[in-house]
Amino acid sequence: MATDDIYILGINMTKFGKYPDKDTVDLAAEAVIAALKDGQVTMKDMGVMAAGCLMGQGGIGQMIQKQVGQTGIPVYNVSNACATGATALRTVIMAIKAGECDMGLAVGVEKLAGVGLLGASPASKSAGKEWKPSGRYGSVQNVDGLIGTANMPGTFAQVGMEYGHKYGGATFELFAKISEKNHAHSTLNPLAAYNKRMTLDEIMNDIMIAYPNTRPMCSANCDGAAAAVLVSGTKLKTLSLEQQRRAVKVSASVLTSDPYQEACQILPDVNTLTKIAAKQAYEQAGVSPSDLNLVELHDCFATAELVHYDNLMLCEEGGAVDFFNSGATWRDGKTPVNVSGGLESKGHPIAATGIANVWEVCHHLRGEAGPRQIEGAKVGLAHVIGLGSACGIHILEKSAL
Amino acid sequence: MTMTQIPLVDYLVLGDKPHLTANECTSCGARFFDRRNACAACFAEEFKTVAIQNEGIVRAFTIVTFAAPGVPVPFVAAVIDCGGTSVRANVINVEATPEKVSLGMKVRLATYSLGTDDHGTEAIGFGYEPA
Repeated sequence: MATDDIYILGINMTKFGKYPDKDTVDLAAEAVIAALKDGQVTMKDMGVMAAGCLMGQGGIGQMIQKQVGQTGIPVYNVSNACATGATALRTVIMAIKAGECDMGLAVGVEKLAGVGLLGASPASKSAGKEWKPSGRYGSVQNVDGLIGTANMPGTFAQVGMEYGHKYGGATFELFAKISEKNHAHSTLNPLAAYNKRMTLDEIMNDIMIAYPNTRPMCSANCDGAAAAVLVSGTKLKTLSLEQQRRAVKVSASVLTSDPYQEACQILPDVNTLTKIAAKQAYEQAGVSPSDLNLVELHDCFATAELVHYDNLMLCEEGGAVDFFNSGATWRDGKTPVNVSGGLESKGHPIAATGIANVWEVCHHLRGEAGPRQIEGAKVGLAHVIGLGSACGIHILEKSAL
Repeated sequence: MTMTQIPLVDYLVLGDKPHLTANECTSCGARFFDRRNACAACFAEEFKTVAIQNEGIVRAFTIVTFAAPGVPVPFVAAVIDCGGTSVRANVINVEATPEKVSLGMKVRLATYSLGTDDHGTEAIGFGYEPA
């Protein structure tokens, strides 16, 4: 292990679901304590902490410390939409790479059960009383529903449809089949919010949210937390053989925002920044997409999963529909995608997601995934994207020991 | 008393031939619909107002059937390609079903009344209807 390498020493995710009797601090503390135990270290070993809770108030990191250990280390409270968890990881990695410390803690938590539609603005209450322009567009009332939509299901529906317009073949049924895959995968994941296998008919005939996304094709709002302990290669060498054997190498850690493209301020461009992040990540890690044994990608909607096959270069440009239809992304396929059940079935407690997907990959690389183990997994990729936009990609590799 | 009209957004120009306008970067030609500080593509700070053509094609759409309180559904939210400039808008004057709306469909700008306020001012919205 090279001295400038970074490893995941301990990692944990809570079961995703509904926790009416636990708050965000309870859930985050549960994940943190378990991640520390998993790495056989304590808060005393941590030199930095980064924490995120998108919907919560500020200072989540300090609130968690008050329950798990206050040692005076710097805390970075991060917020980066659905890439918040990946941003927390990346923040700790940067601190270790900068030589400020040799071990750090990243945590993301969210309580989202029952919040309903994200990104939706209600109609203006004052509509009709007095038309008065306001804001950057001089609008006289809330424009959501009048000038397209900024709600999440509608936005990502258009992302998938745009791909269909460009390359063809992206039908309602195809998107529903992607969802069928992820719901089927989730039946093997005891930590998923939903473990129910759904038939294609059930998915297509469920409540339509924003065509072509029906309810089971949308990410499941739920509660959950995930935490990871990161360590430098130098420090890892001083730890036990058992710790070294279970450590997972972070071969690439990349965060991008969206570069300007025509239309990116009309419909969020989730493609360009993901393509750039993927290219950087493959270069950093020295691996190619064909080396990946599993991928956890940001299927916030079934329509999004399709475009990311292409963005992550898992298939040829424009070939995502054929790639999916070949069966490649099922757990017994060439490039298993979202064997955890993905955001559609495992669930999407926003700030936890960017660490929970890394946990899933680590679980397989360590050979600890039980019935859903991808046999012989050596390299995996975890991807998240938050609108606005931010994209985080981590490539992980099995310990050489 | 003549009734006054106000556009839903300031980039909708009313009158005999309603159309949209954009702030075009005089340096690189990037077009934006909002108030600008600088160009997101080339960082220049000068813009000119340009008219957007009224005809376009549907490049992406969704039919929103589940929205926030007070927002009438269903509606067709879309990205319209108006001669190379992308516009966010609803597709209107069409049944909101996947049978009646399609990718690549030709559309043109249309306006409609959003109602009159307590001062007698009528707000005018826009969308794109099948052409």
